[in-house]
Amino acid sequence: MSEGPSLLTIFVAAIFTHNVALTYLLGMCPFIALARSLKTAFGMGVAVVFVVALTSSVNWCIYKLILEPAGAQIITYIVFIVVIAASVQLVEMIMERFFPALQAAFGIFLPLITVNCTVLAISLFMMLRQYTFVQTVFFSIGSASGFWLAIVLVAAIYEKLTLIGDIPKGLKGPGIIMIITGIVALAFMGFQGMVAIQ
Amino acid sequence: MALLKKMFGARGGKVFKNGIWSDHPVCATTLGICSALAITNKVENAIAMSAGVVFVLVLTAIIISSLRKWVPGRVRIITYMITIASGVIIVDQVLKAFFPTISEAMGPYVGLIITNCIIMGRAEAFFIQNRTYNSVLDAIANGIGYTYALLAVAVVREVLAFGTLLGFRVMPGIWQNWAVMAMPAGAFFVLGTFLWITRTLADIEPPPGA
Repeated sequence: MSEGPSLLTIFVAAIFTHNVALTYLLGMCPFIALARSLKTAFGMGVAVVFVVALTSSVNWCIYKLILEPAGAQIITYIVFIVVIAASVQLVEMIMERFFPALQAAFGIFLPLITVNCTVLAISLFMMLRQYTFVQTVFFSIGSASGFWLAIVLVAAIYEKLTLIGDIPKGLKGPGIIMIITGIVALAFMGFQGMVAIQ
Repeated sequence: MALLKKMFGARGGKVFKNGIWSDHPVCATTLGICSALAITNKVENAIAMSAGVVFVLVLTAIIISSLRKWVPGRVRIITYMITIASGVIIVDQVLKAFFPTISEAMGPYVGLIITNCIIMGRAEAFFIQNRTYNSVLDAIANGIGYTYALLAVAVVREVLAFGTLLGFRVMPGIWQNWAVMAMPAGAFFVLGTFLWITRTLADIEPPPGA
C-alpha cells in the first residue's frame, strides 16, 4: 500500500477543489450540449457516475495486474479506450435485459459516454498518481459526482436565465452556457485551500 | 471561394470552406471544447495540441476512408477508436522524446486527444462515406479551423494573464497580470466571447430549443 492522501481528502477534493469539469475542464463537449435542460443534465450526471466508477476500477486492475508487470505501458491508451467502449456496451446490454425501465431513462446518454473525456481522464489520472485500488474507487466516484454537480448547477441557471433574459442570437446555446460555467468555476475557486491533493 | 474552387475542384472547395468557416468544428458544432479550454493558457501548448490533433485527424482520414468499403457498420466505432488511439500513441511518444517540457505541461491532455470529439465526429460524418482525397482535405480544413480557434483563445489568455506571447514580454511594464485569465474561469469567458463573435459573423443559427 503506497502512502497517499486519505480517502476523505481524495473524495472531497475531487468534488470541490479539483472538480473534473470546472478545474480540469474535462467532459466539456457533452457538458455544453446537455446543460440546456435540467432533466437531461441530471440523467447524464447519473450515467457518468455509474460508468466512471465501473471503468476506472476495471482499468486499474488491468493496468496494475497485466500491463505494468508485462512492461506494456505503451498500449495503455488503446486498452483503456477499448475497455471503456466495451463496458459501456456491456452495461447497455445488461440493462436492456434486466432493467428496461432504467435503460429507457438513460436513453442516448449511455452510448454518448464513450466519447466523454471525463471517463478516460479519470483512468489516466489514477494511473499517473499511482492510486491504490480503494483510492481509485473513491477518486472516481468523487470526480464523477463533481461532474454531476457542475452540470446540474449550470443547467439550472441556464433554464432560469432563458425565462427572464433576452440573449443575443450569437450567444444563444453554447456561448451563454460557457459564460455561466465560467461564473460557476469562479465560485468554485472559493473552495481552494479547503483540502489539497498533489 | 472561387480561389478554393480552383485549387481543390468544386467538391473539394466546398469541403474546405465548410471546415474552416461555416461548419467550423469548435464554433458551429462545439466539438473539441475540452482541449480548447484546458491547454490554451499558453500559446506554446496550444500549438503542440493543434499539431497533435491535425496529425491524428489526417492519419484517421487516410486510414478510415481507405478502409471504408471493408469496415462493417457494426464495428465502425471501435475501428475509429483503435485508429485514433494508435495515432495518439505516436504523438505521445514523439512529444516525450523531443519536447519533454511540453509533454510535461500537457500531462494527461495528450492522451485525451483520443476523446477529442472532432476526430470521432469527422470520422463518423465524413471519412466513412467519402473518397480519401476529399477526406484528407476535410481533415486539413477542420484541423486549420481548430488550430486558429485555439490560437485565438491562447493568444488572448497568455497576453492578459502573463503579459507575454510565446514567452516574450509584449505588455508594458506597468501591466498587472490578470491571473483569472490563466485559470479555468478565464478559459470559459474567452472561449464564450470568441463563440459569440464568430457565431454572429458567420451567422450560425442557435441550436434548436436554445
